[in-house]
Amino acid sequence: MDELIQEFLVESSENLDRFDGDLVKLENAPENQDLLSSIFRSIHSIKGACGFLGFQKLEKLAHAGENLLSKLRDGELQMTAEIGSTLLETGDRIRQMLGNIGNTGNDGDEEFLDLIHRLHRLQERRSASKSEPSLGADPEPQPSPEMAKFEAETSPDNKNKLQTIVDAVPEQSSKGPSATANPEAQSASDPEPARVAEVHEAAAQEDISRAAEDRGKGNAADSTIRVNVTVLDRLMTLVGELVLARNQLLQFANTQTDAAFHAVSQHMNLIATELQEEVMKTRMQPIGNIWSKFPRTVRDLVVACGKEVHIEMEGKDTELDKTIIEAIKDPMTHLVRNAVDHGIEFPAARREAGKDPAGLLRLRAFHEGGQVNIEISDDGAGLNGEKIRKKAVERGLVNAEQAARMSEGDAFNLIFLPGFSTAEKVTNVSGRGVGMDVVRTNIERIGGTVDVQSTPGRGTTIRIKIPLTLAIIPALVVTCAGDRFAIPQVALTELVNLEAGDAKGGIEMVHGAPVYRLRGQLLPLVYLSEALGLQASLEQNTDLNSVNIVVLRVDSRQFGLVVDEINDTEEIVVKPLRKQLKNVKTFAGASIMGDGRVALILDVPGLAQRANLAARGRENFAAQENSKNAVSGGEFRQTLLLFEGQGKTRMAIPLSSVARLEEFAQNRIERCGAREVVQYRGQILPLIRVSEVVDGGMAVSDPDEPQSPLEVVVYTEKGRSVGLVVDHILDIVEENVLVRHRSESTGVLGAAIVQQKVTELLDVASLVRSVHPKFFEAAGGA
Amino acid sequence: MSRTQQFCTFFLDGHFFGVPVQQVQEVIRYQEMTRVPLVPEVIRGLINLRGQIVTAVDLRRRLKMQDRPASALPMNVVARTDDGPVSLLVDEIGDVLEVSEEAYERTPENMSIEQKEMVEGVYKLENRLLLVLNVNRALQVDGEPQLA
Repeated sequence: MDELIQEFLVESSENLDRFDGDLVKLENAPENQDLLSSIFRSIHSIKGACGFLGFQKLEKLAHAGENLLSKLRDGELQMTAEIGSTLLETGDRIRQMLGNIGNTGNDGDEEFLDLIHRLHRLQERRSASKSEPSLGADPEPQPSPEMAKFEAETSPDNKNKLQTIVDAVPEQSSKGPSATANPEAQSASDPEPARVAEVHEAAAQEDISRAAEDRGKGNAADSTIRVNVTVLDRLMTLVGELVLARNQLLQFANTQTDAAFHAVSQHMNLIATELQEEVMKTRMQPIGNIWSKFPRTVRDLVVACGKEVHIEMEGKDTELDKTIIEAIKDPMTHLVRNAVDHGIEFPAARREAGKDPAGLLRLRAFHEGGQVNIEISDDGAGLNGEKIRKKAVERGLVNAEQAARMSEGDAFNLIFLPGFSTAEKVTNVSGRGVGMDVVRTNIERIGGTVDVQSTPGRGTTIRIKIPLTLAIIPALVVTCAGDRFAIPQVALTELVNLEAGDAKGGIEMVHGAPVYRLRGQLLPLVYLSEALGLQASLEQNTDLNSVNIVVLRVDSRQFGLVVDEINDTEEIVVKPLRKQLKNVKTFAGASIMGDGRVALILDVPGLAQRANLAARGRENFAAQENSKNAVSGGEFRQTLLLFEGQGKTRMAIPLSSVARLEEFAQNRIERCGAREVVQYRGQILPLIRVSEVVDGGMAVSDPDEPQSPLEVVVYTEKGRSVGLVVDHILDIVEENVLVRHRSESTGVLGAAIVQQKVTELLDVASLVRSVHPKFFEAAGGA
Repeated sequence: MSRTQQFCTFFLDGHFFGVPVQQVQEVIRYQEMTRVPLVPEVIRGLINLRGQIVTAVDLRRRLKMQDRPASALPMNVVARTDDGPVSLLVDEIGDVLEVSEEAYERTPENMSIEQKEMVEGVYKLENRLLLVLNVNRALQVDGEPQLA
């Protein structure tokens, strides 16, 4: 496309953004001349440029808007909501036409005559009504030359059309046509022509001073230039390269004794560092760039739903990398709309609650700990924990038991689950049940987190934490199977080193799944070499060497990543992976290390997913398993029967599923088909050897002690019983059980710490079903 | 005068291949590579090309040829693609040849399916055949994990 037009489009869209923003501000401060001038200028430059480029329809519309604005600016008209809305609509239409120009090269077929006509009517009607009381002093004649000018500027055929419209308007037909068609008549009707001239003169002077002001602004504009983002990206790459070359140079310098060479390389070092910082700055943009659109968004919403909302912003100048700014734009818009639509109550309700009828929406941004915090808070009704729980259960996102156990804060965070929406009715604003989950996904994608806090009756605050930049991040560099990998520092919580002696005892196995007790909590371990399919044997690590565990956080859960070596933390430049590698979720990108070699950056959520640690926290687990087998991630008090399985594995089942504990001598075991049974109270009791099912371990008892009686837990359901053969019954305890590690093994719910020891929790029903698939069915039928 | 085209040529397992010079950004000697776990084996790794990270695709593996002996270090033909540069690993680099359009012929029918898919056509040179590689197709490598 023509460069000139391209530039016009970019400039005009910026002008329009300012136009929108200023208009909304103007509604609250109708007397603000600066704002009016700025609005006028915005639309004036659009009009001027499109006249020059030959977009007549667009020019006509812009001109009509400009006319109305000039009335406002000159104090002939008072700002009203109607004028505001019409002008905003004008802005939207201009935007639409600009879009057409961008796509097709011309300004489209629509002329928006109706809108133009409304713009005219607004300016005419007001000046007409105002002219009545004080005819003499009123600078009323001004519309006529304006109109004349307007007509002169429009093409003849359009003029005719327009004339017809003007004629069709009652107020104007009485006054307008005569005035427009005949300026002399107009001035003749004026009792004091001299005054009119005076007014014009004053206006002209004002124009001059304004022009001077414009020039002043122009100077500010001259100090900035537009630069294509690809140029900046390229610069960034080159600087990255320079930094690498610098590192190599410094290494080389260390081997040299020439003092002059040292001085030069030091100098070079400083320049490179400074250059890197400056180039980083070129990519930073203030968050205000996206916030500036929100007053308009809020205004439209407020008008649409009949609420009153003030918007307050703090920390507009907080700077973020351009790519991040773009990534949070949509989520932020969604949150703002949500706050207005759901958060803030209607004025009547607010008055009843003793609050200011106008709600307050606060946007706040600030730096903290190398991250940017953004808060969106409203002073509305707050979230209703009960309602959210109920809805989540209804939607099958969690089961009732879990919902009841959930803390208020956890309940609030349910709103981020896919398919959740509490809006009673679907409005055109929100309530379709998509949204908050998308918000969370988008923010997590750029390495951020979202959290919600709410106080009933006082309001809701959504807090977003995002990294400053995606281009350069602090990362921990680790080695695994001879290769280096970078782990983004945001995901890192701590590092644990187990000395060679401790390693063996420190890492416990739950069905082949290694876990480590980190301050009493079970930490599932993932061996990086295994997760990536690299050569390195697990035994070798645990037995001979010390073990390095990198504790990582995904959502609210932690896991430990076992690596061969922990090297260092470094600021790394993130480079995206090419198409051929895009599908590999385990890597977030790559970076070039100090020695010039490439290292892959691990994607922590992707890695967790790969290692079968569910990605979405416990809520999703529940959603999958639904209400069946009521497993929960929460803590709850339970009475457990503890026993040992094969190889001293500690297992537990809820005491509620135990009917009796029995001992049977070995010789009482009889066989029925392939199954072991005993006669028990006149019935045949099928036996299940727990270790065999769960561990897939060896059958039959220890040959060393053939005479020891079998310890059997009798489990009864629907009148049928089954005997679970265990090695050794230990204890009955009442404990707070927190299922920390889920297992894929048959009949096992997961692992928990009971009496300070890792214990597997069994799910008896599924255990029985795995051996006798028809057990419960038969029971039901019998 | 018949139309001619220039090819950047290289060798793969004794075969003589060419890529139109317009598609080649540069040719560089062997670079150290960082292997990428969990990807198809045709992707040999990532190289640092003056600060840009470039994926290296082994054409021998892509064309279902035998791996080159461990002692033989591959060379990089860096191809331009819409998605940025990608390196093609080849055995050895040949000259840039200017060949006449008249010498062109479609891919022989009896070539193996895998190879035919990636060979656009053949130029009959005086003493050998020049196979024209379809770079885009050669680079259609899914990054899907092999061990799911």
